[in-house]
Amino acid sequence: MVRAYLLLAWTWLRASAQYPLSLTLLTLGSFAINGLDIAAIWVIFAHTTALAGFTLPEVMFLYGTAGLSFALADLLFGNVDRLSQHIRAGTFDVMLIRPVSPFVQMAADRFGVHRLGRITQAAAVLVIALTQLTPPASRAWMIPVMILCGTAIFTAVFALGGALQFLLTDAPEVANAFTYGGSQLTQYPLSVYGEQLVRGVTFILPLAFVNWQPALYVLDRDDPLGLPGWVRFASPVAAVVLGGVAALAWRAGLRRYQSTGH
Amino acid sequence: MIEAEGLGRTFKVRRTVVHAVKDLSFSVEAGEFVGCLGPNGAGKSTTIKMLTGILAPTAGRIQVAGLDPARRRKALARRIGVVFGQRTTLWWDLPLRDSFELIRLLYKVDRVRFAERLAEMCAILDLGGFLRTPVRQLSLGQRMRGDLAAALLHDPDLLVLDEPTIGLDVVSKAGVREFLLRMNAERGTTVLLTTHDLGDIEKLCRRVLLIDHGRLAFDGSVAGLRALVPGETSIEEVVTRLYLSSTPAGSPRIRPLPPADDRPSGTA
Ligand SMILES: Nc1ncnc2c1ncn2[C@@H]1O[C@H](COP(=O)(O)OP(=O)(O)O)[C@@H](O)[C@H]1O
Ligand SMILES: [Mg+2]
Repeated sequence: MVRAYLLLAWTWLRASAQYPLSLTLLTLGSFAINGLDIAAIWVIFAHTTALAGFTLPEVMFLYGTAGLSFALADLLFGNVDRLSQHIRAGTFDVMLIRPVSPFVQMAADRFGVHRLGRITQAAAVLVIALTQLTPPASRAWMIPVMILCGTAIFTAVFALGGALQFLLTDAPEVANAFTYGGSQLTQYPLSVYGEQLVRGVTFILPLAFVNWQPALYVLDRDDPLGLPGWVRFASPVAAVVLGGVAALAWRAGLRRYQSTGH
Repeated sequence: MIEAEGLGRTFKVRRTVVHAVKDLSFSVEAGEFVGCLGPNGAGKSTTIKMLTGILAPTAGRIQVAGLDPARRRKALARRIGVVFGQRTTLWWDLPLRDSFELIRLLYKVDRVRFAERLAEMCAILDLGGFLRTPVRQLSLGQRMRGDLAAALLHDPDLLVLDEPTIGLDVVSKAGVREFLLRMNAERGTTVLLTTHDLGDIEKLCRRVLLIDHGRLAFDGSVAGLRALVPGETSIEEVVTRLYLSSTPAGSPRIRPLPPADDRPSGTA
């Protein structure tokens, strides 16, 4: 699996090097779009000193960890949300005649360095936040754990979105709303949203475990919603459970695959 | 090599159910060269997709190279080669040579055997001139030759082709036909192809399956197919008559008949 992924990704990377101009533009474009996100946070703090009780460095910490997790998942597996395009073009049929998992082939398809733009940008925000916050090592150990779990959770969300496209081949936007909506949602302290939404993303689609709950631990903050302390350590469990659900959904989708009639 | 029994596939299209393939039974032995004929929408491509594991059947059973295609898709992929005339299995932006190399890696073909086979394919299919050209820049004839080579680099036992000669000029077509005959004769590769080109059937196939409305309407030799319409000697005419006589919605009127050589000789 890993071998096949690396082989395919490397091949695509080489192929994309044939078009250096479009590569540069894509990378710059991705920087610009993500730059606007940060500008939005600055604008908010130009008018207030705290957002739902969180200071600027704390908000940047939340933004950076969620952004990094999402960017890593997007880099490695984000292309899975193009499934409906491949189904309609008939190229998914071709993936099914190869002795390699179609999920891996989808994930590695058109792999390119332009996807790195978002990673460097999120990492920069995280580093700036950490220089201001300087959490003690006794809490900072959670940071790599939460980024890893967050990446796994977003990967599972991408896989769920892909699985949905086996059924909704003509409406991929429905599936995309989940993935990109999820990444937008986790950029801010969840306490700015209504309580119902926060409960939903804690217990149903567990996006709160991407950064919110573990960040409360790193920042040593009380949970504004008053959930028990152990919830902060539950990110790995959430990642494994959601990953399992996503794998089952993908398999079920593949079994229902109809191909196209031409 | 292929065993299909009561094979069926339905599609749900906006609340209605389309029966693309219905109660199809046939078997193909190793080393055979079989052509699949039938009007547009007869269910040929759907059958091919079930043979290769792309689609799971909704009724009946199928075994290819001893495997259930939909369940053992990845294992089956190593045993069969697949060519779609309508679209390439190669990587659009990669030079042909890199597509081949990627196939070597994905199928885990031994480097030495791969080099031998590639050299052989280059010689037979005359690929040397465009190995470094990206696939998207190839002509249809060149691309088809590339696809044929790609489907055989891992030395499959069975080659399945959906309309491999579609859109090709007479020279390219002749090249493809010669290549398929050669693989079948020299390597014993079993070949199953679908086509609308009756020349393919006459020049290549020892056996014809006629599919009509998702059902098997005829299974036998080309001579047997001709004998279905008494007095008609041109295969074009025979097939035209058969297609016209098939009823639009119901069961096919083309009834299965034994191959010509098993019957008393005709009156022509
Ligand atoms: N993915 C699909 N969804 C809906 N209908 C399909 C699909 N694939 C095939 N069909 C229908 O099934 C029938 C058989 O199609 P096909 O196997 O492609 O025929 P052929 O290859 O013989 O022209 C046609 O009526 C076609 O419209
Ligand atoms: Mg077809």
